[in-house]
Amino acid sequence: MKKKRWYDYLWIYTPVYLVLGMFNILFAWLGMIEFLIPLGIALFGGGKLFCNQYCGRGQLFDLLGNRLKLSRKKTPPRFLSSPWFRYGFLAFFMTMFILMIITTVHVFSGAQDLKQAVTILWTFKLPWQFAYHGTLLSPGVAQFAFGMYSIMLTSSILGFVTMVLFRPRTWCVYCPMGTMTQGICSLKEGK
Amino acid sequence: MSRYLAVVGERCVACGACMKVCPKNAIAVKHGVRAVVSPEQCIGCGLCVKTCPAGIIKKVERE
Ligand code: SF4
Ligand code: SF4
Ligand code: SF4
Repeated sequence: MKKKRWYDYLWIYTPVYLVLGMFNILFAWLGMIEFLIPLGIALFGGGKLFCNQYCGRGQLFDLLGNRLKLSRKKTPPRFLSSPWFRYGFLAFFMTMFILMIITTVHVFSGAQDLKQAVTILWTFKLPWQFAYHGTLLSPGVAQFAFGMYSIMLTSSILGFVTMVLFRPRTWCVYCPMGTMTQGICSLKEGK
Repeated sequence: MSRYLAVVGERCVACGACMKVCPKNAIAVKHGVRAVVSPEQCIGCGLCVKTCPAGIIKKVERE
């Protein structure tokens, strides 16, 4: 076994995040960390250091799949690692992200009412009003939190399912953040 | 020199799962683009082959 470093315990981030969001949805804003840090590292020359060292999600699936033996450890289907699928999924993910931002803006401007629901797999709406206790700010702030939490929960579910079916870190093959940071690094390398 | 050597395929996603399991620190993600094996250090144990979530590392006989 390799010596454990402080960052080997970052797997705690995902479960803590998901639990906090069940008590108060506004905690979902913390999800921005998982967007901004990897992008920042990739843009400023740190490559995929986030994926390689700090990402709690990757570590969590490693832990569940390897240590807790929840993974079948089968080779994932080839299409998952194809650029078509990976960049296609990234494009889909970003489109849904932009739609979520548009909804947020509508709620900010009052054109639309706040929807107190978490949407999983971009389809199924779960009532989530138990985790909303109002905000002193605009309801748009809460709308963004619901949207962000939906993204996090959806990727956790997809990642969990592929962790069980295939290898522990299968999610990392099609994770939009992973694809995006690798894309940035490839562009910077001029390849 | 070991008989086998790990070779990284085309579709590396640069996740770094391989470098976390390698007992010899013989494989590392370079510039966030892809994993590269250092042939001098690799002992061909195959741990990375079984770990790679993209399933693109092969264990090949050294030339
Ligand atoms: S690919 Fe995604 S889940 Fe995997 S380590 Fe990178 S950011 Fe984390
Ligand atoms: S085969 Fe073993 S020693 Fe060689 S790179 Fe893979 S894990 Fe490291
Ligand atoms: S585990 Fe596979 S996909 Fe991930 S960096 Fe290593 S060779 Fe590339």
